[in-house]
Amino acid sequence: MGYTAKFKVWRGDDTGGGIEDFNVDVNEGEVVLDIIHRLQATQAPDLAVRWNCKAGKCGSCSAEVNGKPRLMCMTRMSTFTEDETITITPMRTFPVIRDLVTDVSYNYEKARMVPAFAPPADLAPGDYRMAQIDVERSQEFRKCIECFMCNNVCHAVRDHEENKTTFSGPRFLMRIAELDMHPLDTVDRREVAVEDHGVGYCNITKCCTEVCPEHIKITDNAIIPLKERIADKKYDPIFSIASLFKRNKQGRQAAPDTPHATK
Amino acid sequence: MADSAHNLSNAARGWESAMATTGIEAPGRAQIGAKTLRTDAWWIAPLLTFLALTAFVVYSAWRVFSGKYYFYEPYISVYYSPCLSTSCVPGSEFAGSPISWWKMSPALLVAWIPLAFRFTCYYYRKAYFRSFWLSPPACAVAEPHGKYTGERRLPLILNNLHRYAFYLGLVLNVILTWDAILAFRNHNGEWGHMGLGTVFLTVNAACLWLYSLSCHSCRNAVGGRITHFSKHPVRYQMWTLVSKLNSRHMMWAWISLCTVVVADFYVYLLASGRVSDLTFF
Ligand code: SF4
Ligand code: SF4
Ligand code: FES
Ligand code: FES
Repeated sequence: MGYTAKFKVWRGDDTGGGIEDFNVDVNEGEVVLDIIHRLQATQAPDLAVRWNCKAGKCGSCSAEVNGKPRLMCMTRMSTFTEDETITITPMRTFPVIRDLVTDVSYNYEKARMVPAFAPPADLAPGDYRMAQIDVERSQEFRKCIECFMCNNVCHAVRDHEENKTTFSGPRFLMRIAELDMHPLDTVDRREVAVEDHGVGYCNITKCCTEVCPEHIKITDNAIIPLKERIADKKYDPIFSIASLFKRNKQGRQAAPDTPHATK
Repeated sequence: MADSAHNLSNAARGWESAMATTGIEAPGRAQIGAKTLRTDAWWIAPLLTFLALTAFVVYSAWRVFSGKYYFYEPYISVYYSPCLSTSCVPGSEFAGSPISWWKMSPALLVAWIPLAFRFTCYYYRKAYFRSFWLSPPACAVAEPHGKYTGERRLPLILNNLHRYAFYLGLVLNVILTWDAILAFRNHNGEWGHMGLGTVFLTVNAACLWLYSLSCHSCRNAVGGRITHFSKHPVRYQMWTLVSKLNSRHMMWAWISLCTVVVADFYVYLLASGRVSDLTFF
């Protein structure tokens, strides 16, 4: 059954803005993004919103719904009561462009800083062979749709703008973990994870995991294992002494230089 | 705890200014002006965690420092095992209790191990960073601190040595398991008996094993650090098993915390003569 919902939507740009009230019709089965589209169609034709697939797969429509990072296209109106006021704001960690659209280039800069996948030099691209059990851990991380809500919610940058130069956020720590677990990769990224990507900023408070729309266990399966692998190399005295006597079978190389985020 | 009260009051004062300069109201971001827009009761979880952990710390401190009522044949309190100082009450000694120079409560010789284990535990880190340090108090709720450096410096960088606390914890688990076995005797030391204390000590030892084996460092050690599982089938099996336990690590952290308190409190009640042991056979 249709009803009229009370919406509060943040409107403005980098020079300022504020929350505006709207009453919008809601039909059965709709999601928040439908309501934002109806707002555009009926009351606020210049409302800026980024979206693409409306299926939770493109990662464009990230915003904050009643203060929580959500994909607008995957947030059903039926999860709210009819008399509830629903507040929509842009993500609060990235610079705002206009209304609900933010500039997420921080994430692209950090992505470029991760040393790329490096298979053994003598292995031709058609000859990659991997056992399923060796790749399945990293396959979980491949579900990422790059909505950047994890980086948006991470308090290390959300509450501390200055840490953006030194911390890459859960999305890219997960990328490093993915490559570190990759059976065909030859680069050791553990040093850069500490020095360039600031893995030590993460205090395992798990908000990234809480908001991930793909339900990736970012903290448990990527960041903590990465921290443990780094501890093997960097912080564990016994392990580092033992590794001196062991031939490094994988022969992992040091990470090559990558473009660094503008500081 | 004093720190935490201090934090809370700082929170009130520091919030506005921290937000304006460095956090969610930093220049360029949408100027929204609320530390959070969450409408749910986000503060309940950190509050309950704060209260529960505080209660546990207060109880443990009382028991550990008291140096009394920790042994009632055949049960020994978890906080006092292994009892290593010559002052240990008769029957509670471990390996001849060789440490004669120790004058304080014998619990202090061992209680730092579980303290270090739980303090550096990845789950408890989440718990205390959220509920004591409010960093962050809940997701998408601004934290009250103007600066944040994470676990990159002393002393918090030491959390990276969690594995050593884990190894020591395993040794302690073996001893506590032995204590549970010894508890299958009666008050006169005869085998083949069981009382309520036997149940508490056994369940506690089992829960401590489950807590320890579900540890993230354990998961890394048994197989997580390997890249080619296919070449290490046994370690892959172990890793799979530990991973299953690991997904419930928080649950085991809380359950084992409770069993420690229950098992100890029962010994306290017996040793102080407040109740007599309920024996089954
Ligand atoms: S678990 Fe770590 S990376 Fe994830 S949100 Fe918390 S601090 Fe950030
Ligand atoms: S890990 Fe999850 S929350 Fe983070 S960008 Fe990918 S899909 Fe979004
Ligand atoms: S529009 Fe593609 S994820 Fe929402
Ligand atoms: S005991 Fe919790 S992670 Fe090791």
